[in-house]
Amino acid sequence: MAENSTLGDSLRRHGVSRRGFLKFCTATASLMALPPSMVPAIAAALERARRPSVIWLSFQECTGCTESLTRSHSPSVESLIFDHISLDYHHTLQAAAGEAAEAAREAAMHENKGNYILVVDGSIPLGNPGYSTIAGISNLQMLEETAKDAAAIVAVGTCAAFGGLPQANPNPTGAVSVSDIIKDKPIINVSGCPPIPTVITGVLAHFLTFGAIPELDQYNRPKVFYGQSIHDRCYRRPFYDKGLFAETFDDEGAKAGWCLYKLGCKGPMTYNACATTKWNQGTSWPVESGHGCLGCSEPRFWDAGGFYNALSVPISDNSQTVAFAAAAGLVLGAAAAGLNYKTKDEAQKAHGTVTIDDLEKKS
Amino acid sequence: MNEPMDFLIWTRGTAFDIAVTIFVIGVILRLFEILALGRKQNLAEPKGSEFGPGMKTILTRSIPDLGTFRRQPLTVVAGYMFHIGLLVSLIMFVPHIELFRATFGFSWPGLPTPIVDAAAVLAIVGLLAALWHRIMNPVMRKITTWEDWLVWTLTFLPILTGYLAYHRMVNPYPVILGLHILSVEALMIAFPFTKLMHTFTVFLSRWYNGAMSGRRGVES
Repeated sequence: MAENSTLGDSLRRHGVSRRGFLKFCTATASLMALPPSMVPAIAAALERARRPSVIWLSFQECTGCTESLTRSHSPSVESLIFDHISLDYHHTLQAAAGEAAEAAREAAMHENKGNYILVVDGSIPLGNPGYSTIAGISNLQMLEETAKDAAAIVAVGTCAAFGGLPQANPNPTGAVSVSDIIKDKPIINVSGCPPIPTVITGVLAHFLTFGAIPELDQYNRPKVFYGQSIHDRCYRRPFYDKGLFAETFDDEGAKAGWCLYKLGCKGPMTYNACATTKWNQGTSWPVESGHGCLGCSEPRFWDAGGFYNALSVPISDNSQTVAFAAAAGLVLGAAAAGLNYKTKDEAQKAHGTVTIDDLEKKS
Repeated sequence: MNEPMDFLIWTRGTAFDIAVTIFVIGVILRLFEILALGRKQNLAEPKGSEFGPGMKTILTRSIPDLGTFRRQPLTVVAGYMFHIGLLVSLIMFVPHIELFRATFGFSWPGLPTPIVDAAAVLAIVGLLAALWHRIMNPVMRKITTWEDWLVWTLTFLPILTGYLAYHRMVNPYPVILGLHILSVEALMIAFPFTKLMHTFTVFLSRWYNGAMSGRRGVES
């Protein structure tokens, strides 16, 4: 349950120095493209912030988003902040189960009515409520119930934000995203498969600091993290512009770190912060490790063509389409030519010659 | 929420299949029409050969004519600007080459993007100049049909949307990339049924012009 101690108290209790805390505030400010003058304001606001109650609902998901957040790296200020929100319900992480767990959720909802943050990961099946249930409650019912009194909803991961993998063609469970169901609450989509841990903590820090949700893009994603494409921020971009591409995963171009566009990199259509914040404490990110971007933070990335086909290549087999159409054209053309040849041949045979005398005779 | 990506997936899938099918069948049938249906038998006695003068005309008509340049400089300048710009941005841009490679199995090296970008601007300016010429020149206005406006628009849109997509001037990106692909699909569907067919028949018709003149024993 949400205690009355502030985040500042909590961090100090866990041995986070003032210096470490301010470093985090500075990093958060620069991460969110705020001016340096905002750092003291962020620090003051975070210092005073009460631990917000967070209810985390997991629906049709793989727990990858939770893994990403909890196993990201050794404790840091970010993870402490994450630890010290009051995570009142998270059925993967909590010790309680069954009735006791549901009782905790209901108690948190009741005590923090209108003030708690609802985090959702996973999509919601509409095909049959029995596809995914928790304590006998369908995902749809639990989402509608819990969203009713939430201050804001954070849809974590591409499944919750856009439908994700469960929604991939042919979508057997009728999976939909949170925003397909909840229309009357502010929803922050933190997409990615999984999303970057820093992005989650950044969004929470923003909410604690300003008491409001950050500026969002057209997909309701925080602009600070999803404002620019992978392509535009990619350190391999100069090679794209120069026309230097890796043709296979182990050729000289790949070894020299050239652009991965031809190997299927979806960077140009993908908006995420991977290229700047990177993964595993800034160690690396997919493109840096030599593999093209899959576009995992975009809607329907799973159905948007082969992962190893260039973005400009059609989704269906174009050479087959061309071959069939060419065969059909040749058959039709040959048939028309044959018919025409017959007509002309008959006309040729019926051709007669006349002389001036013949014409004069007739008149 | 998913609509922009649904649109892009549709343009890269179903819509592309439909457009390519119409384009390929249409172009092949048009070429059959021209090559196999034949002309009416010419019973007049030939006054000269056909092949040589035909080949010569392919060459002479491909070099800008000084007289035309003096009378209508814009026709020549805008024409060359547009065609060179279009050709470079169409076949020297790496994403386009990847499409050809996926379709035909072979590829060729592309050009750096700043050069392709400049070529696209050249094509856009050339097309706008051609449009201005068509509107302002009284003779051009008289001989313009609805098909000319249609063909101009269908040619202009892919270059414009391609430029906007490359520079990410429209958000979200899947919308503008999808519009770019859709505009190319519209172009491909109209292609076999309009004067856009000149792409495939240009040298053929130049040869035919020269050959007919040769047969009549006149200079082409």
